[in-house]
Amino acid sequence: MPKIRTLEDLKKIKESTMDLTGARSQGKTRIIIGMGTCGIAAGARVVMEAVMAELAKRGLKDVSVETTGCIGMCQDEPLLDVIHAGEPRVTYGKVAPEDVPRIISEHVVNGRVVNDKVIGRTD
Amino acid sequence: MGLYRSHVLVCGGTGCVSSGSQAVLDALKKGLADKGLDKEILVVATGCHGMCEMGPIVVVYPEGTFYCRVTAADVPELVEEHLFKGRIVDRLIYKGEGTVADVPHYTDIPFYKKQHRIALRNCGYINPENIDEYIARDGYVALVKAVTEMTPDDVIETVKESGLRGRGGGGFPTGLKWSFCARSAGDKKYVICNADEGDPGAFMDRSLLEGDPHAIVEGMLLGAYAMGASEGYVYCRAEYPLAIRRLKRTIEQATEYGFLGDNILGTDFSFHLHIKEGAGAFVCGEETALMASIEGQRGMPRPRPPFPANKGLWGKPTNINNVETWANVASIIRNGGAWYAALGTEKSKGTKVFALTGKVNHTGLVEVPMGTTIREIVFEIGGGILNGKKFKAVQIGGPSGGCLTEEHLDIPISYESLSQVGAIMGSGGLVVMDEDNCMVDVAKFFLEFTQAESCGKCPPCREGTKKMLDILGRIVAGKGTPEDLDSLQYLGTMIKETSLCGLGQTAPNPVLTTLRYFRDEYEAHINEKRCPAGACVELARYVIDAKKCIGCTKCAKVCPVGAISGTVKQPHVIDQDKCIKCGACAEACPVKAIDRR
Repeated sequence: MPKIRTLEDLKKIKESTMDLTGARSQGKTRIIIGMGTCGIAAGARVVMEAVMAELAKRGLKDVSVETTGCIGMCQDEPLLDVIHAGEPRVTYGKVAPEDVPRIISEHVVNGRVVNDKVIGRTD
Repeated sequence: MGLYRSHVLVCGGTGCVSSGSQAVLDALKKGLADKGLDKEILVVATGCHGMCEMGPIVVVYPEGTFYCRVTAADVPELVEEHLFKGRIVDRLIYKGEGTVADVPHYTDIPFYKKQHRIALRNCGYINPENIDEYIARDGYVALVKAVTEMTPDDVIETVKESGLRGRGGGGFPTGLKWSFCARSAGDKKYVICNADEGDPGAFMDRSLLEGDPHAIVEGMLLGAYAMGASEGYVYCRAEYPLAIRRLKRTIEQATEYGFLGDNILGTDFSFHLHIKEGAGAFVCGEETALMASIEGQRGMPRPRPPFPANKGLWGKPTNINNVETWANVASIIRNGGAWYAALGTEKSKGTKVFALTGKVNHTGLVEVPMGTTIREIVFEIGGGILNGKKFKAVQIGGPSGGCLTEEHLDIPISYESLSQVGAIMGSGGLVVMDEDNCMVDVAKFFLEFTQAESCGKCPPCREGTKKMLDILGRIVAGKGTPEDLDSLQYLGTMIKETSLCGLGQTAPNPVLTTLRYFRDEYEAHINEKRCPAGACVELARYVIDAKKCIGCTKCAKVCPVGAISGTVKQPHVIDQDKCIKCGACAEACPVKAIDRR
């Protein structure tokens, strides 16, 4: 282990280990995946894995990934919600793993809602 | 390092470990691995969350769901429902008192809501055995900032500006204390962390050492830099094995990163830190006794001056601060003195950690800004008195402190306000008492402790506390005389004035304050031979209600001294001269015919 000399050294450790404690505060952006029985049956697990892989690939550390139960729109599962702090909650339906990179790059990173997959929003 | 979507924090403080948190931790790791979730969910053992009474505690992030009294048997459900499906397990959630709706989020719980955590900011939030987690929470930023950008005087000025005062109880301004040691000439200087926490019921320092040991090391490093010390000791009582183990790991990790050792951060500043395990003598919490103990001598205080700042450990300039004091330093240097000084009262700045125990609903560790009232701590954070009983008193400051009553509930807590009413801040023990506590008995309990821990060097403490204890023993046995109260007052005042060290100077406090605020209880014991709270065994009388007694003979059979007589199916009688008040008869009676009066 190299000895620490400067604030820069410390910052590097802090950044590389942010996800050690980063997940312990709700991120600026939240992704919530429906994990009710309906969601799981429709393939929510693979969607979740795709989300995790994409976030890791992009090194996005202030995004929290949460799960939730059935909200009653079982026909549209897997459901995936994106919430930017201070913005309405946007719900995507029938999300396939292939859709995940697009949703993350467009909506999570650049703030542009992916309209063709949206099924609703709440304020 | 992979990305984890969720962190499950399992409390690894001594409180939760003894209620079984290790089994929960193991079950969680296994459960997640079986489900294939171990790559996306991280399980972390943390330090104490403070709410020890509800342990083992498990907090799930990012949601911040607070589960309490979790057992290994609950883990499969927790994994399947919450961690896999995202459904909160209602039955394990912390619930408020009575009809209050469920309060799932950590920070919404009344116990935590009123708290302001600076010293405890990382306790229960990070893994104390991982230096990287401490760094991720801005750990060691203050050290790097101080060593690379600030002069030692700047550091002292910042601490002065913060208004931080000794959290061990004395309340001496920390910055001023540091400046004495800094100005003192010497080829070698020492800094010491006093972790000889010995007050009955107090565990602030233990939780800090277990939950955020790097903060204490960083605080000591900052002090060493400011005062020009090159070596340091943490004097920790051996009864804290977990704290010592974590401290050792902390020193290893900090050394590996170059925060401890020679030429720290590539500068001339060098600092070596050692752990000294205390052998369990309360008096070693007194600074001169503590230093004698480190030197390998018998732990006894010596007169001051010379003060440690001039002649301390091995005759060298030395600065001693308590664990909580050190734990605040890094945050002060990082955020500035004014930031800290913005909290608290005019003369007592910042926050104070209290160990809340006794007859209160939520026992545990609380950190509140100075100026908070005892009422807020006991009734809002602590949730009021156990079993809806009536509040009677609170013992503040441990065996050196005093008992305060209902009329003091609204006093804003500060060093000054407490000493005005005869108590002291002390290290932060807060023992709540209800109507069933006998105040004479409470005073006797604390005096028994200090009397046993008196080192015997100076006569007022050695002989005086013994005499006081004899008198108290007479009073609770119903053999006291009205003159005894004058003797207690006289002895107590004299011991306070003439003892050599803080132990003797404060030992009479519990007696003097109870005499002041609960004199009627003393008088009831003496004049009426009666204990108003019904707590004093020797004044109790067990009486059989002849109307209820069915003559089953059970009581006569269990009585160990043969004090009960009577014939079968006839009411029995207790011979008061023979009775030793053990209460076995009352427990054995099937019809509850035996009363304690």
